[in-house]
Amino acid sequence: MRLEPRTDTPLALRLLAPVGAVVAALALCALLVAWTGAPVLRAYGLLFEGAIGSRFALTETLTRATPLILTGLAAAVAFRAKLWNIGAEGQLYMGALAAVVVGGGMLDLPAWALIPAVMIAGMAAGGVTLLGPAVLKVRFGVDEVVTTLLLNFVVLLLVSLLLEGALKDPMGMGWPQSAPVVEAAELPKLVARTRLHAGLAIALGLSVLLWLIDTRTIWGYENRAVGANPRAAAFAGMPVTRVMLRTALLSGGLAGLAGAAEVCGLKGYLTLDLSPGFGYSGIVVAMLAQLHPIGVVGAALFIAGIFVGADAMSRAMPVPNYIADVLVATSLLCMLVAGLLARYRLRRG
Amino acid sequence: MDFLSIILDILLSAAFWTAVLRIATPYVLGTLGELVCERAGVLNLGIEGIMTLGAMAGWMAVYQGADLWTGVLAAAACGALLGLLHAALTVPLGLSQHVTGIGVTLLGTSLSYFVYRLVLPQASTPPTVEPFQPLALPGALAQTPLTYLAFLLVAVVAYVLYRTPVGLAVRMVGENPAAAEAQGLNVTAIRIGAVVAGSALMALAGAFLTLSAFNAFFFNMVNGRGWICIALVVFASWRPGKALLGALLFAVFDALQLRLQQASGGVLPYQLFLMMPYLLSILALVLVARRASYPRALMIPYRKGER
Repeated sequence: MRLEPRTDTPLALRLLAPVGAVVAALALCALLVAWTGAPVLRAYGLLFEGAIGSRFALTETLTRATPLILTGLAAAVAFRAKLWNIGAEGQLYMGALAAVVVGGGMLDLPAWALIPAVMIAGMAAGGVTLLGPAVLKVRFGVDEVVTTLLLNFVVLLLVSLLLEGALKDPMGMGWPQSAPVVEAAELPKLVARTRLHAGLAIALGLSVLLWLIDTRTIWGYENRAVGANPRAAAFAGMPVTRVMLRTALLSGGLAGLAGAAEVCGLKGYLTLDLSPGFGYSGIVVAMLAQLHPIGVVGAALFIAGIFVGADAMSRAMPVPNYIADVLVATSLLCMLVAGLLARYRLRRG
Repeated sequence: MDFLSIILDILLSAAFWTAVLRIATPYVLGTLGELVCERAGVLNLGIEGIMTLGAMAGWMAVYQGADLWTGVLAAAACGALLGLLHAALTVPLGLSQHVTGIGVTLLGTSLSYFVYRLVLPQASTPPTVEPFQPLALPGALAQTPLTYLAFLLVAVVAYVLYRTPVGLAVRMVGENPAAAEAQGLNVTAIRIGAVVAGSALMALAGAFLTLSAFNAFFFNMVNGRGWICIALVVFASWRPGKALLGALLFAVFDALQLRLQQASGGVLPYQLFLMMPYLLSILALVLVARRASYPRALMIPYRKGER
């Protein structure tokens, strides 16, 4: 048996790959659920119901998907250019930090001006955070995987430092949390009396925009060319270094925006538990979407549903809600294999 | 007292050097494990998750009544299994070593937390086990057995890599797999073997945390140690002796920041001190990046007959 590359992967196969991967991951994790002694089908039923079974569940899933779309896009644009940004978690927190600073009453502006200012500040903070490792990569040849990973820890410590010091809320009863952003910086709700906020609209708009840039502009063409083969791109006269830095700003900016939107749309203030690993889950989202900007939306909805559904399920059954994290990790590994099967065919001999 | 005399006082105390060796141990084991994988041409970003699983599995085995060394073996076995998964996906299938590694880390970490919560649903304060006790050897600072084992393993790995046919084969598949194949070596099998062995070493680093350094399992307890090990491998130019040196140097700085943190008496925020290890690792990478000589075939999958 050997693998032979397909010359062309049909669209049906590209769509089938993530579905197959998810089914395989659900089947593998069923073994874990069975090990806990819980009835497997009922557990998955509760998970499904908890994710999309009611109006409330649905809006919760959409709310959870919002940062995942943005971190998923962050990973997708970076991975396309072969910039291995594993630091979306840190960039998200930098964006959130910028949001509470700029939106905390420093600027006295009406909402239509303040909200864009806060979002742009969040993007800038995230983008600059990734620019550092990207510059180290193109100037000194330092591997960005390790530097972006290590920066996640540095950023979290910085946030902790500021939340216990300069940014600490004097009305916060001593908890390490920032003062809330002013009312004019709050993102409006999309559906009344739910937690669903305008961040989702921004995230959806950006995924369409990125898809258009990717397929319709010279920028997108250069990005894809550099990702596919940097040496060939350089030979064709493309500014490889500039494309790399541009991609870093964009990818970090998207992750920073996720943080700013979480603060202004959902929490109102910044704490150290703002993100339960959205940066890392974004990598899984991007891979399930095969790095396609529109696909990211679907993949983010799936991952968000798993997290929200697992929380509901674990309240009713003795299955720890960490099953969601296991499912997400398993989906990633299954997706890698499924992607391979879509790109290659098995041949005898 | 001025700053220099504070540092001198710290450096002259035996307790400081005992702490350095203890802090260095997980870095020695983890760096050694990563080094074995990378020497065979496979980047293993699963290290963080493998260390977490090793920490959990080793502790859990002892908590369930096994003796300490059985716990260590259980950790190594779990690490080897995750290593086998990483190797299966990256070597014969040739999948992206970056993304697979992140996947293995996510899987190892989430699986550890899942199993821990399943066995101990309501543990608000983590239950403890009786850990390894320090063992005073003549002429050495008293350390636990796993620390002595870690230092012994540096010599063993160095000997195997440079003085045995097995080591030559491992280095060869990491430098030039096509030439290795021409010599009649099975590239796939050797790479898988190296990743499995290296991953078992990483899991030992995790087991040291729960069975020697501490006596319980905490969430997030590995805390980026695996990523630091990856930086240390580059810093050590893929040599076991230099890896030991790098881990010790790193531990000196880490132990020093802990003492200075106490000595500063809260004048500077403690988070600044805690950032030092991560920033130092980045700095170390920048310093050596220019002259780093990667194993030639690192991160390049090998398929028979493909050029």
